[in-house]
Amino acid sequence: MTNISNFIVPAFVLFIIIYGVKKKVNIYDSFLVGAKEGLVTTFRIAPAVIGMVFAINLFLSSHFLEYIFSFFTPLLQAFDIPISVLPMAMVRPISGTASLAIMNNIFEMYGPDSFVGRLASNLQGCTDTTIYVLALYFGSIKVTKTRHALPAGLFADSVGIIAAFLITFLFFG
Amino acid sequence: MVSYIWAFFIIIGAGFMIATGNIELLNNEILKGGTGGIKLLTEMLPLLVLWTGIMQIAEDSNLLEKFSKLVRPLLSKLFPSLPKNHPALGYIASNIAANALGLGSAATPFGLKAMECLQEDNPKKDTATEAMVTFLILNTGGVTIIPTTVIAMRMMYGSANPTEIIITSLLATLCSNVSGLIFDYIKRRKK
Repeated sequence: MTNISNFIVPAFVLFIIIYGVKKKVNIYDSFLVGAKEGLVTTFRIAPAVIGMVFAINLFLSSHFLEYIFSFFTPLLQAFDIPISVLPMAMVRPISGTASLAIMNNIFEMYGPDSFVGRLASNLQGCTDTTIYVLALYFGSIKVTKTRHALPAGLFADSVGIIAAFLITFLFFG
Repeated sequence: MVSYIWAFFIIIGAGFMIATGNIELLNNEILKGGTGGIKLLTEMLPLLVLWTGIMQIAEDSNLLEKFSKLVRPLLSKLFPSLPKNHPALGYIASNIAANALGLGSAATPFGLKAMECLQEDNPKKDTATEAMVTFLILNTGGVTIIPTTVIAMRMMYGSANPTEIIITSLLATLCSNVSGLIFDYIKRRKK
């Protein structure tokens, strides 16, 4: 499966370029126009990225989340849920790299084929970093009134996380 | 809304560090706070430049338009407020496709470009349109058919079957996405 996915990106790029040559598009000029736009976009999103990453890192390194989790430990033990996955579930909508780092730890401690390892795999796959994507995409076009995007995104995240728990129990429990 | 999230992270984070006596760590976070974002940007910059360049070729050769025609029947149901030939649809489709294949970093340039296209027709520039909200929900849900990073890490740690989580994580992400879209649909109907 991963072998197939290794071919996707090269095939995609080659296809676009060959198609462009076939349609007699001045492909290098087109590339330069687009690349310049990408450069402008990067500079436009830079303030939003720097600002958001700063706030997220500050929040994560304060270990406030771990403090909150300590209250839930007895409840989790009652349901036989390993404590290590809870921080991961909470961090998942905020930062992809942070949740990936926790998954890495879980694999190291319990192995990827343990129940916790499978649960962590599913948690990583069940959703994306809602808050970061929201800040980046709306920040890039200077939209400040985001309407119901955040509640909807967080609602979807919670459903996804609960689903990941239940599905892992059903399939691998 | 983003303002509140930003303030929440900083106030709770800084407040908790002060309360637990981690002033040094807090100082460090504030003084070096910009480096994390810069690091991410330097990782994103080459990808963004390269992909927007290549996608421009696809746009100039009308390939992008052909692709959006292909997925139009499905997308127009999700984005009823957009005209059928809206240029953003091609980028939205590319973004969803890249996400689905687990190519997260390739998806971002398409997503940013889609937002740009949507913003052009936005009468109130500081307020998100219906289409923007729906697109964001689809994007943050992130339907991933092949979670490449997870599979690669499972392989790295010697999993006997690294790909066994494809089906289960697909099921979980479908639950997440469908519930997000239902939430969006109900909110839109209320208006």
